Amino acid sequence: MRITQGAFSFLPDLTDAEIRAQVDYALSRGWACSVEHTDDAHPRNTYWDMWGLPMFDLKDGAAVLFEVNACRKAHPGHYIKVNAFDSTRGVESMVLSFIVHRPADEPGFALVRQETGGRNIRYTTRGYAADQPAGRRYR
Amino acid sequence: MTMDHPAGVDLQALLREANVQEVLDQLDRELIGLVPVKQRIREIAAYLIVSKARASLGLTGAAPSLHMSFTGNPGTGKTTVALRMAEILHRLGYVRKGHLVSVTRDDLVGQYIGHTAPKTKEVLKRAMGGVLFIDEAYYLYRPENERDYGQEAIEILLQVMENQRDDLVVILAGYKDRMDTFFRSNPGFSSRIAHHIDFPDYDDDELVQIAELMLGQQDYRFDDEALAVFREYVALRRRQPHFANARSVRNALDRARLRQANRLFASGATVTREMLSTLSAADLRASRVFNAA
Repeated sequence: MRITQGAFSFLPDLTDAEIRAQVDYALSRGWACSVEHTDDAHPRNTYWDMWGLPMFDLKDGAAVLFEVNACRKAHPGHYIKVNAFDSTRGVESMVLSFIVHRPADEPGFALVRQETGGRNIRYTTRGYAADQPAGRRYR
Repeated sequence: MTMDHPAGVDLQALLREANVQEVLDQLDRELIGLVPVKQRIREIAAYLIVSKARASLGLTGAAPSLHMSFTGNPGTGKTTVALRMAEILHRLGYVRKGHLVSVTRDDLVGQYIGHTAPKTKEVLKRAMGGVLFIDEAYYLYRPENERDYGQEAIEILLQVMENQRDDLVVILAGYKDRMDTFFRSNPGFSSRIAHHIDFPDYDDDELVQIAELMLGQQDYRFDDEALAVFREYVALRRRQPHFANARSVRNALDRARLRQANRLFASGATVTREMLSTLSAADLRASRVFNAA
């Protein structure tokens, strides 16, 4: 099951040229880009691992692509996303985030039902990949 | 594979389209002397345009290597030319943004183990899409200390210069003799740099012209006597230690402007536009260069 989160996730995977064009747009707006990766892409997992520090003072998208490729090489089986941060006073938050790399095989999520008092049911989602310990998911 | 290519390409049209002539003319106008340097830049520009024409006709050929080394004494215009070079390369479409990131050893080399690589990479990333200008590049290599982190920076630089050739152009600059030693001990650099440009020293006439140009840009001028005195000043200054060509001229002019301001204050009279913009012989005569002689 293809994970859809962040911008462009319903589109086919972005090519490198398209990623660079998006990053160039972010840089033209003065946003700082950063690269993050994870092997636990649960929709509620907002804490992905940082790949290096956020990159400020960039002029060209090639630099972000350079880091994305370095991250792909180190973590071929992880999800990788690019974030753009707007530091304008009063905004100071993430304004764009999109997945640039995903594992070859995405097993998806199971719906887990839990019976509670009064025959109520609680629902939760659990990634099949999360059964494996961290570092051994998505092989 | 069949592709439609035009039968011929008008080189002059390519040149006009890129607006490069404008930058070259500006270079001619604003930089005094430096004839061999301007010649080389013209050659490089021509080469790049021809490469572009070849590509548009479907002739194969590797993308031209654009890394350069500028050697010459202090104050001979290396940084200024590097800035123009970034502009030229940008107009020809060989770098995407055309900005210049100017760094020295301090910006590349870290202070402890594991500090150098991220630091160098960050600088390289900032320079991508433009030109990375490494001033006094020979300081990167310190043979007397085998554990110096400079070597690590050099390795990363070489790797990026080779692999990201489309993304950035590296210009190394420094004094001629020390750069020669640097290249001898780092053959990797020498072979990756296609263009070695040597900046000659300015002669006295050129330095006086430079002075007049600098003053003109700031709405100052010499009176006739001051011009003669300045000519004398340049000849004397050259013989003293730490002579740095155009930079010495700029410093001399800065000090002369200081003295002029002082003189105008002391005179106490109402100053005219004429007085405010004229440097006189007295402003130059007060220099220590004349005392030493």
